[in-house]
Amino acid sequence: MNDTAMENAPETPVLSQAALDEIEQECAKYPPDRRQSALLAALRIAQDEHGWLWDGMIEHVAGVIGVPPVRAYEVATFYSMYHLKPVGRNVIRLCTNISCMLRGCDEIQRHIEQKLGIRMGQTTGDERFTLQEVECLCACAGAPMMQVNKEYHENLTPERVDEILARY
Amino acid sequence: MFEYNTMKIRGGVCYPPEDVATPWTLEAYKSWGGYSALERVLGERTDPAAIIDCLKTSNLRGRGGAGFPPGIKWSFMPRNSPGQKYILCNSDEGEPGTCKDRDILRYNPHALIEGMAIAGYVMGASVGYNFIRGEFWEPYLQVEAAIREAREAGLLGDDILGSGFAFDMHNHLGAGAYICGEETALMEALEGKKGQPRFKPPFPAAFGLYGRPSTINNTESLASVPAILRANGNWMDGEWFSDIGVPNSGGTKIFSVTGHVEEPGNFEVPMGTPFRDLLAMAGGVWKNRQLKAVIPGGSSVPVLPAEIIMECTMDYDALRDAGSAVGAGSVIIMDETTDMVQVLERLAYFYHEESCGQCTPCREGTGWLYRILHRINRGRGTMEDLDTLLDVANRIEGRTICALGDAAAWPVQSFLRHYRHEFEAKIRDAGSRAA
Repeated sequence: MNDTAMENAPETPVLSQAALDEIEQECAKYPPDRRQSALLAALRIAQDEHGWLWDGMIEHVAGVIGVPPVRAYEVATFYSMYHLKPVGRNVIRLCTNISCMLRGCDEIQRHIEQKLGIRMGQTTGDERFTLQEVECLCACAGAPMMQVNKEYHENLTPERVDEILARY
Repeated sequence: MFEYNTMKIRGGVCYPPEDVATPWTLEAYKSWGGYSALERVLGERTDPAAIIDCLKTSNLRGRGGAGFPPGIKWSFMPRNSPGQKYILCNSDEGEPGTCKDRDILRYNPHALIEGMAIAGYVMGASVGYNFIRGEFWEPYLQVEAAIREAREAGLLGDDILGSGFAFDMHNHLGAGAYICGEETALMEALEGKKGQPRFKPPFPAAFGLYGRPSTINNTESLASVPAILRANGNWMDGEWFSDIGVPNSGGTKIFSVTGHVEEPGNFEVPMGTPFRDLLAMAGGVWKNRQLKAVIPGGSSVPVLPAEIIMECTMDYDALRDAGSAVGAGSVIIMDETTDMVQVLERLAYFYHEESCGQCTPCREGTGWLYRILHRINRGRGTMEDLDTLLDVANRIEGRTICALGDAAAWPVQSFLRHYRHEFEAKIRDAGSRAA
């Protein structure tokens, strides 16, 4: 993890009671001796609450699940949906894979970059948006498409993008 | 939130009838015969072997991409061995160009639940997991709600419909990794680990989730099971489904038609439907342009030029004979203006990005493929690069634990087979500009 991220990291990782309860609900889906199965969900729940996953939080989640920290690091670094650096309050995931490419995602990308004044992978100065390039999100019949936080938005045009982003 | 705004849903095996306003509810699902198959199987204590025979007769082939018949897969499970066994559903839809399972999860989740419960009965398993890709948050909530409804109605739980049969299922959300669509990587992810494929053998029927016997099927395969058993009123007549299709390709199949068409969408049509009819359903090639090429089964299957695909029917044998595959049924349409070098560069980037890094030929090879294609596309390629591309692709193919390596190699081989002149032209043009 880079130095900037370390500086931004809260010192004591804390998860709310609601988050801990949700993690326990996830654990209950699996056999009692298989709590590690809920690790993916637990990291997501922690990230939903705090925006991103810093080292201390990853280790904290490992403790809640009851696995060695290395197991949680492996998972947090393998999957693309975990943010290991701070991101904006809203994360835009723009698909640039084949069906979206054939239907003009490059125009959508240019529009978003121009509108927000950032490039792929960057966060706006007011920390409102982070723009990420993602692989196929499998809404290809609605290409070009993007996901903002958890919602899919399909059949994008520059005008539609303006309307959608105004809601976040 | 769930509207038919972009999709052309046609009533059929996995998709609900078009005229139902809220097809994802239990009430709606029951209105067209939903859960009657589970009810009858449990009420009559149908012989599990008879259900397997029905599936075999139906000619249903696995809808995730490999086309392995679920009837045969189910027969591998040691039904009467003691201990827990698992029914797994692969809803980790991720193949570029595919969006069919998402609509089953959103619009017809009870068909999947009923299919999984029947699978549990046949294979003697009391627990199922439905692995949904992490980005599918809305579909996840939809299936969660359907599972709650089914539990409250006694269709999932310790004593389903008073039969004494116990089966419950849970959704497991992924966290962003194409490789988890590979069945053993999916099991690793279910165990809370990195999604890296396991060596086979042992196969899942012997050593699956938590090392227990497991069967894993694609969403569309499992959601097809109730309709196949109902057989439109001819209970468990497998031939009803097989007769819908063509020999060796039973029943209906959902094709996602995307890219350069007027009206992209999901079409659940009989196997063996002529490609030109499917193209017409999607409104034809957009902007009155000519068809150039089609990837008929998702980014991992070989591309076919227009003159070949226009004579094809959409089924396993016809597409195999044409040099490609049904795959996941993801039909990517490219018009005459398409730059094939750019398309292949994008696909190569995808496999490089999604390689799990476990096997050297794939981890390193996909990066080589992407970097070479990138420089060709940027006008810095040489003619020798084309041979290097094929050489790298050939050295990945067949040398990795899972099929992602093959999937990265096949597009390269097929694009160069059919469109080598475009790659050469790009290299030549760049050379003459530099001179």
